[in-house]
Amino acid sequence: MASITMENLGKVYAGGVRAVTGVNLDIADGEMIVLVGPSGCGKSTLLRMVAGLETITEGTLRIGDRVVNRLEPAERDIAMVFQNYALYPHMTVYNNLAYGLKNRRMARAEIDRRVTEAAEMLQIGAFLDRKPRQLSGGQRQRVAMGRALVREPAAFLFDEPLSNLDAKLRVQMRVEIRQLQKRLGTTSLYVTHDQLEALTLADRLVVLDGGRIEQIGTPMEVYARPATTFVAGFIGSPAMNMLPAGWLRGVVAADALAHLPAGADLIGLRPEDMSLAPASDGRLTLKARLMLLEPAGAESHLHVKFDGLDDMFVIRLPHVPNVQEGAQLAFSLAREALHPFDAKTGLRL
Amino acid sequence: MQTKRMTFPGSWLPYALLAPQVAVTLVFFIWPASQALRQSFLRQDIFGLRTDFVWFDNFERLLADPLYLNALKVTVIFSLGTTLLSMSLALLFAVMVNRMIRSRDAYTTLLVWPYAVAPAIAGVLWWFIFNPAIGIAPYVLAGLGHDWNHRSSGTDAMVLVIIAAAWKQISYNFLFFLAGLQSIPQSLIEAAAIDGASRTKRFWTIVFPLLSPVTFFLMVVNVVYAMFDTFGVIHATTEGGPAQATNILVYKVYRDGFVNLDLGSSAAQSVILMAIVVVLTVVQFRYIERRVNY
Repeated sequence: MASITMENLGKVYAGGVRAVTGVNLDIADGEMIVLVGPSGCGKSTLLRMVAGLETITEGTLRIGDRVVNRLEPAERDIAMVFQNYALYPHMTVYNNLAYGLKNRRMARAEIDRRVTEAAEMLQIGAFLDRKPRQLSGGQRQRVAMGRALVREPAAFLFDEPLSNLDAKLRVQMRVEIRQLQKRLGTTSLYVTHDQLEALTLADRLVVLDGGRIEQIGTPMEVYARPATTFVAGFIGSPAMNMLPAGWLRGVVAADALAHLPAGADLIGLRPEDMSLAPASDGRLTLKARLMLLEPAGAESHLHVKFDGLDDMFVIRLPHVPNVQEGAQLAFSLAREALHPFDAKTGLRL
Repeated sequence: MQTKRMTFPGSWLPYALLAPQVAVTLVFFIWPASQALRQSFLRQDIFGLRTDFVWFDNFERLLADPLYLNALKVTVIFSLGTTLLSMSLALLFAVMVNRMIRSRDAYTTLLVWPYAVAPAIAGVLWWFIFNPAIGIAPYVLAGLGHDWNHRSSGTDAMVLVIIAAAWKQISYNFLFFLAGLQSIPQSLIEAAAIDGASRTKRFWTIVFPLLSPVTFFLMVVNVVYAMFDTFGVIHATTEGGPAQATNILVYKVYRDGFVNLDLGSSAAQSVILMAIVVVLTVVQFRYIERRVNY
């Protein structure tokens, strides 16, 4: 158990390529932090810097109260779950789990106790003398988790551990990882490019882009108040609609946008914040033509063109409406649902 | 896997297409091999006037001949020595080159060059280096207190031929080991590092076991090489001497057949060699997949 502190952490590769810039992050003991961002945003590099697999070229990294910048991976008291699981193919499941403990010269009885306990927790007890190639993807995933568990480390590092699983298994393992992490209370750093995984797993999530932190916050904070247009577009699916403020001012009542700060020239609007209900008590109305209706069982996605704009926008309704494609519809929304951004800097105002 | 089946309109075209391969096999393998087999049951008199059919007498005499048994022993020592030396050095070089980043290609190219040198030339090269009168190695060894002379010492001669034969083979082994090392996922090494294994421990517990298919394949290839392809090396350096100390089976076939003109015995020896090749090939095909341990 330990906290992890990153002070102005940065990474420049030998060739001069900059991967991570000025990362400041305090991870409390027992917290689950998710690093999320598109591929190439530096999230994996950052994780590998914490693991000790990449050298740290700038800043300070502390695990607990030790500065670990120059320590070998083995000396950092962390365990990592890899994207491809990285199970040792020539060893049985038991030996895969025991390998790290044997290297630390732990007593045989203690190794046995820990492996049995972890295997029971992860329901892989029946496979202990199989080789990894005899296991399914989900079972391998569990073994990889088990290898981290038995070490009882100060922190778990997860590098996109679910991306090789099918959709159903991914949801199941996501729940299990979260339950396990809460039960053990081990500090965890989790990397993913999947915003849904990030939202559901994190105590706090860190959105990265271009090697910099865009926003840190609880999932609901980040969702409700995205700090930049990048975060607004990345978190939430379908992505937030971005409407030009000039156009919006032209189609709603003159005082309707008075509450927005000056300089807001880009207005974000979540697809689910619009409804087909008639406008009442101060709600705004937008007219649009329905171009495509995508029913998805419990909900539906309406691809529409607002009058006077060429781009398509998405509206998400919690039901499938009885409307025809090509119909002219009126949507209403609350004033508070508008997210004001500065188009030039990309910052929320 | 689906294979595309092609049908020819007549039967002459497929036969014609196969003919060159069949002809080559017949002329260069089946015919000489059957000649050797026939010859091994015959014995000629000293003037070559009469040839008798003697059944297995040639084989019986061979297996009772202390010189032949000595050649067998020498061959085993020579093959194992050559295999061990060339493979361990090749593995060492491959591991070192695999750690390089920028200079990797240059080193790989340099390490592959010896493979292009003909065995006889390699033999001459090492003959010069170890020449008791003018060589650099005996001079250095003399400084260390060893009086090198592969013309009088059987051990020195054996060491010389092993070095000369292994040197060439290092290139080949090196390439296979390097490819094997590069196919081991980096994340396994990283996982082992996080699991607290030192560099040496990672090598022996993760890398080396994962290389075992390559190692086994190379072992068979090297034993076959040392037993059959090293005629030139022996011929250019020690000519089997001193006192039969480096007279390996293949070299003895040549000496007995072409120098001493004992064709029957020589043919019997090559039939035994053929049998050994067959056994080694079967071993390789049967066990190579079973030895793959993941």
